[in-house]
Amino acid sequence: MTNAKDTETPLLDQLEEGPWPSFVKEIKRAAEDNASAKDLLRQLERSYNDKIGHWKHGGIVGVRGYGGGVIGRYSDLPEEFPAVAEFHTLRVNHPSGWFYTTEKLRQLCDVWDKHGSGLTNLHGATGDIILLGAPTDALQPCFDDLAEIDFDLGGSGSDMRTPSCCVGPARCEYACIDTLDILYSITMEFQDELHRPMFPYKSKIKIAGCPNDCVASVARSDFSLIGTWRDNIRINPDEVAKYANDGLDIQSEVVALCPTGCMHWDAATKTLTIDNAECNRCMHCLNLMPKALQIGMERGATLLVGGKAPIVHGALLSWVIVPFMKMEPPYDELKDLIRRIWEWWDENGKMRERLGELINRLGMRNFLKAVGLPPVPQMIRAPRANPYYFWDPEEVK
Amino acid sequence: MATRTDFGPPNYKELIPPVVAKNYGQWKYHERVKPGVLKHVAESGDELYTVRVGSSRLVSTDWIREVCEIADKFCGGHLRFTSRHNLEFLVSDKEQLEPLLQYLKDHGYPVGGTGHAISNPVHTQGWIHCHTPATDASGIVKAVMDDLFEYFVDWKLPAYCRISLACCLNMCGAVHCSDIAILGIHRKPPHINHDIVRAKCEIPNVIAACPTGAIRPDPKNKSLTVNEEKCMYCGNCYTMCPGMPLADPLGDGVSIWVGGKISSARTPPKFSRLVIPYLPNNPPRWPEVTSAVRNIVETWAKHARKHERMGEWIDRIGWERFFDLTGIPFTVQLIDDFTMATETFRSTPTFKW
Ligand code: HEM
Ligand code: HEM
Ligand code: HEM
Ligand code: HEM
Ligand code: SF4
Ligand code: SF4
Ligand code: SF4
Ligand code: SF4
Repeated sequence: MTNAKDTETPLLDQLEEGPWPSFVKEIKRAAEDNASAKDLLRQLERSYNDKIGHWKHGGIVGVRGYGGGVIGRYSDLPEEFPAVAEFHTLRVNHPSGWFYTTEKLRQLCDVWDKHGSGLTNLHGATGDIILLGAPTDALQPCFDDLAEIDFDLGGSGSDMRTPSCCVGPARCEYACIDTLDILYSITMEFQDELHRPMFPYKSKIKIAGCPNDCVASVARSDFSLIGTWRDNIRINPDEVAKYANDGLDIQSEVVALCPTGCMHWDAATKTLTIDNAECNRCMHCLNLMPKALQIGMERGATLLVGGKAPIVHGALLSWVIVPFMKMEPPYDELKDLIRRIWEWWDENGKMRERLGELINRLGMRNFLKAVGLPPVPQMIRAPRANPYYFWDPEEVK
Repeated sequence: MATRTDFGPPNYKELIPPVVAKNYGQWKYHERVKPGVLKHVAESGDELYTVRVGSSRLVSTDWIREVCEIADKFCGGHLRFTSRHNLEFLVSDKEQLEPLLQYLKDHGYPVGGTGHAISNPVHTQGWIHCHTPATDASGIVKAVMDDLFEYFVDWKLPAYCRISLACCLNMCGAVHCSDIAILGIHRKPPHINHDIVRAKCEIPNVIAACPTGAIRPDPKNKSLTVNEEKCMYCGNCYTMCPGMPLADPLGDGVSIWVGGKISSARTPPKFSRLVIPYLPNNPPRWPEVTSAVRNIVETWAKHARKHERMGEWIDRIGWERFFDLTGIPFTVQLIDDFTMATETFRSTPTFKW
């Protein structure tokens, strides 16, 4: 195991072992014919010894015509690790649902082997293809070659970040909306907002086909679009009985865990009934019995806004602002609303204030009024518990 | 040549496999065949097998070419990735399923992460590529998943368990709604190198970058001071100015948060809560972190009811019981004193001993 070469990175070498795929092996593979991957490995070993990182921010870098899409990154030990003195990241906009042909991926590999470190993240936490590490003068030629194979850059900085969606109708029976198409459509609609930072801070859009929310939209996007339905869960009684016969304890595993208590199970006749008016579409029963229960037919989406990670004032989960919106191409109602919300945020938001923080600061009431949405009880968990409402003279007539 | 811009990502319609194009929006139901293998059946009767494979997220082009070869061989040249960095092979020809699984087994690709399992941890850059990390990302994930491997490849848990990691409190990975979140934390304000500040930094910009207003000008020195009591260790000043490094081998480390969830199934989404305020950085394998995570996973697995996520279990038994069962010491750092603190205080005398 230990030949002379390995001992240059004794700490990292220990992470080549074990059953989980090893990123150290990946860096070493790239390092075989790439000097920057080799220096990345050496610098990382240095971090493992020092217990601190060795990157700094430095000047802004980018490609012609765009304000974002590249993260500038410089080693703070350039003499020791010259091949990563400049080691910038390109964020490349991924295709909807992260579907690829091998042909497309190989083209991408060819471009990246030519211009960069040969290392990538599939994918970054926002969803982009992350091309990890190229010097400043390689950025423009790299982008030109990416454009040849139809890969555009994603977002960074105070712009619309690359939006993403779940696999949706491409492979999931719970999809209430066409997540892939909506994603493609808004990405194309908002190219300017994606590529040229113009907002107070970042703005994220994520699209999930149903309340399972496999892309974590409520936790990490300013706009979460989540598929839903308004009519009844479709029940196939024979399949229900089959699940029961196959050992699913419908009373304890399904009915007892239904949060609204709207299901009834008659064990004698093996009949399941749902009081659909009381169902809140939490997905639990559908998740457990996909063959027997299917989503309703009158489908659309719930729009929630304001979700964000903790910095600065604490984390927020998105809030419902439109309980139901039909989702038909070209999705103009959605796009118009997003535009109105951005306008309000742009006018009123301070630097580095996310949408959710602004709504919190100026009040939901001002937000709803500004973007023209009616108040409805689906927006809240509970009405206010204090009497400190500041009446608008208009309301006291 | 004028550079082409604003043409957008490749159109997914040209990239989805034929079976998906044909049955788009017409999927009827799915079955969980075995860990890592899903079977989707369409209204047309077509079947699609999905094989989910864990990856290290940080991968070389050699790896990509290798998995492309597998997809050419077994999946007609199509593949996809998931929202948690997994790779998925989509098999429309059932005859190819077993050979594919055998091939993956022979070549060391872990198949799993579906159903009541621990999926691939969402994580960020860490020492690999970011400038404000308090810990590494890929290294801890590798160590934790080597340790918990059995839970990725098998169904041994009461429900899903999502582990996520962010290497500083910016939480790029938005880890704050995970069953278990591993979060890098700094505990010391930036150390100011006045020479670098004077030489390289726009002082007003650095002051403006601080979200808490902790930075003040120091005109005598043509430099800055930091009000250490106000600093929340966010690293924004270092982003603006290389003279204000935040990283510190002694100050930096890892905190553990539990009980968050994203889906609305049964109960609404929840935030993860702090249960271990600090563990040291101990590369390359972070033994304190791996054993803390394993303890939490196994205590939950032992006591939770079927389908009960970490946070649902804790809601049922109460936090006092959680600390009791896990043996994790309760310390003052766990009591909130930030913006929404009082919501987390108890106002009834009904609790458990
Ligand atoms: C002051 C606040 C923040 C700063 C200075 C910051 C800085 C950065 C930097 C420098 C990177 C690039 C890392 C690299 O590739 O080298 C990054 C990545 C990222 N950031 Fe942030 N960030 C901040 C807040 C946030 C927040 C609040 C979120 C989420 C809501 C977020 C989401 C992301 C995501 C998803 C990535 C990609 C991470 C990955 O895939 O590895 N960031 N951030
Ligand atoms: C400007 C706002 C408020 C005013 C002017 C006000 C005034 C009063 C008054 C005059 C009493 C009766 C005291 C007595 O009989 O000795 C009272 C009782 C009380 N107030 Fe308030 N109050 C206000 C806000 C609140 C708020 C926000 C809360 C709780 C969230 C609250 C909770 C109570 C309670 C629990 C009592 C005792 C009620 C009882 O004995 O049944 N008050 N308040
Ligand atoms: C039986 C019900 C469910 C089905 C059929 C299902 C289906 C899926 C599918 C198709 C994906 C891949 C999505 C993508 O990458 O675009 C996925 C991923 C995911 N789902 Fe679900 N989902 C179900 C329930 C849930 C629930 C209840 C949760 C949360 C508790 C959840 C959380 C996730 C997460 C976190 C991922 C990313 C997983 C990974 O990459 O390993 N799902 N799910
Ligand atoms: C440690 C705790 C806190 C820190 C570090 C903090 C930090 C900040 C910062 C840096 C700003 C300016 C933001 C900007 O200009 O973009 C700000 C503004 C604000 N903070 Fe806080 N804050 C904290 C606690 C709170 C609390 C507890 C509240 C209220 C419950 C609060 C309410 C506000 C409001 C309303 C603004 C906007 C003020 C304005 O418009 O003038 N903050 N905070
Ligand atoms: S969010 Fe719903 S529709 Fe989308 S993949 Fe998950 S379960 Fe399917
Ligand atoms: S979707 Fe949820 S609320 Fe509706 S019937 Fe099923 S378990 Fe009950
Ligand atoms: S979480 Fe912090 S350290 Fe990690 S990539 Fe994001 S900003 Fe950098
Ligand atoms: S680390 Fe953040 S909070 Fe502390 S001084 Fe720098 S900018 Fe301000």
